[in-house]
Amino acid sequence: MSAAIASLFDARTLSIGRSRTIVELKNLWRSHQQFGFTILFPVMMLLLFASIFSGRVEGTDVQMSQLYVAGIIGSSLMSTGFVALAIGLSVEREAGTLDRLAGTPMPKASYFLGKVGMVLTTVAVQTVVLIAIGVVLFDLSLPTGIGRWATFAWVFLLGVSASALLGIAVGGVIADAKSAPAVVNLPFVALQFISGVWIGINLLPAWLVRVSQVFPLHWICRGMRSVFLPDSFASVEADGAWQLGLCAIVLGAWCILGFVLCARTFRWTRR
Amino acid sequence: MKHDAPDGHDGDDSGDGEVAIRLRGIRKRYGQLTAVDGVDLDVRRGEILAVLGPNGAGKTTTVEICEGHRHRDEGEVTVLGADPAQATDGWRERVGIVLQTSLFTDELTVRETVDWFGSLYPRRRETEEVLDSVGLTAQAQAKARTLSGGQKRRLDVAIGVVGRPELLFLDEPTTGFDPEARRQFWGLIRRLREDGTTILLTTHYLDEAEALADRVAVLTCGRVLEVSTPATLGGRAGAPAIVRWRDGGILHEQQTTEPTALVAQLSARFDGEVPDLAVARPSLEDVYLQMIGEQHPTAVRSETAA
Repeated sequence: MSAAIASLFDARTLSIGRSRTIVELKNLWRSHQQFGFTILFPVMMLLLFASIFSGRVEGTDVQMSQLYVAGIIGSSLMSTGFVALAIGLSVEREAGTLDRLAGTPMPKASYFLGKVGMVLTTVAVQTVVLIAIGVVLFDLSLPTGIGRWATFAWVFLLGVSASALLGIAVGGVIADAKSAPAVVNLPFVALQFISGVWIGINLLPAWLVRVSQVFPLHWICRGMRSVFLPDSFASVEADGAWQLGLCAIVLGAWCILGFVLCARTFRWTRR
Repeated sequence: MKHDAPDGHDGDDSGDGEVAIRLRGIRKRYGQLTAVDGVDLDVRRGEILAVLGPNGAGKTTTVEICEGHRHRDEGEVTVLGADPAQATDGWRERVGIVLQTSLFTDELTVRETVDWFGSLYPRRRETEEVLDSVGLTAQAQAKARTLSGGQKRRLDVAIGVVGRPELLFLDEPTTGFDPEARRQFWGLIRRLREDGTTILLTTHYLDEAEALADRVAVLTCGRVLEVSTPATLGGRAGAPAIVRWRDGGILHEQQTTEPTALVAQLSARFDGEVPDLAVARPSLEDVYLQMIGEQHPTAVRSETAA
């Protein structure tokens, strides 16, 4: 494992990781189904939800639409990192793509760099599109001040990392690619509902919010709300505060857990 | 000479001299099932060795152990001077692998696919050259996942050879090929051998083994039954020939170790052309099926039924 980590900084590993990223991006952008689900789906949901539910969040001066922009940025980040990676990986294992790659001199780490590069690029594009729509159509104001942008950066990076590592870990244990979408989407959809993506966090029963606080999506969305919504909204959050320190700890813990699970579950061969 | 490998000269067992692959006492179990049960085998540099055997004989497991795709339970394996279980990227640069199944699910074109795999190797062949040699030039712009089964197989072969490997593994490479494509493929394999590539091939087609292999190894029940040239396998060279002819409307058949003498007699008796004369030696398939049948009667039944 330590050798694998050390090899991440090797020039050949990096350069093949870069070319693998391009392969992964071509795969994503040329597949209409995947492209639609990854980029168009969050945009459609944002347009729908932010148009259907108007007005202010009760007890705050925050527009419902602003709440949705923040939540959907968070969930689409996890959708690409977790859902798309896990499904893609189980398909690649079943098709023998991993066997084929394992037989080549490709540094193993380059494969994961390719996945990470693909996820980061895609999520960055997604996020820019969602923010642009939010700003143009739904009164979203861009964060002001270096502090908020810094929060955005670390929530984004920790959120993508945790999601991607968990996606690889889960994709590693799914036995059958056909069942992958169900296995992955079931918990993800449930998490979206209890993490304040589709239903305002202020409308959820307190115990359900407690449950969601165990999982990364709650903290990704909460972190994004802290970036895009006024500080007055913090009073609506559980504990009446953003709790960014706890956010960093929980997301960091999920990154570590995801990494350990990856290292234990990932197999290059089918059998 | 029946068994000419594994050969006695244990002196040059470095595996990186005359011997490309050296297996000694390889065993592999899956739960209760022993898939490979003590295989000894040498593959010499520059030769094409075909591994024959019924389904479940342990061919693929043996090949996958040589490829570093599977761990053995017991035994010694040296492939190009190294243990494939500890394969380094440097070792993989010298080895080409074509696995048994070819699926392409991604969106890359044929040319992009060969280009990318080629970029992993320091002594790569040019993409156009490889596409031409496997007959995929016309499909270069097509997406890999839209190819037919035989074309996907050829793309997998292209990926296997693009790195100019010293040693190439081909696991049932021509399954699903039409006869024309198989002939073309055989031409490609012969050209690779002329370039000095060592090839370990598994196949169910006896004519393929006969056309390509310098030597064949017959595996049954996880063991090597015999290693020999196609011409001498199973005592084929010394086996009696069968002479057939027609006499008064009746087809006659006679086994003989001196077919030339018999034909001369017949020629004298008929005073010229012998009606429907045929002299047949046992085919590779005949001796193979006989060997397998003696060893493993049920395997033959399932094999011939397939």
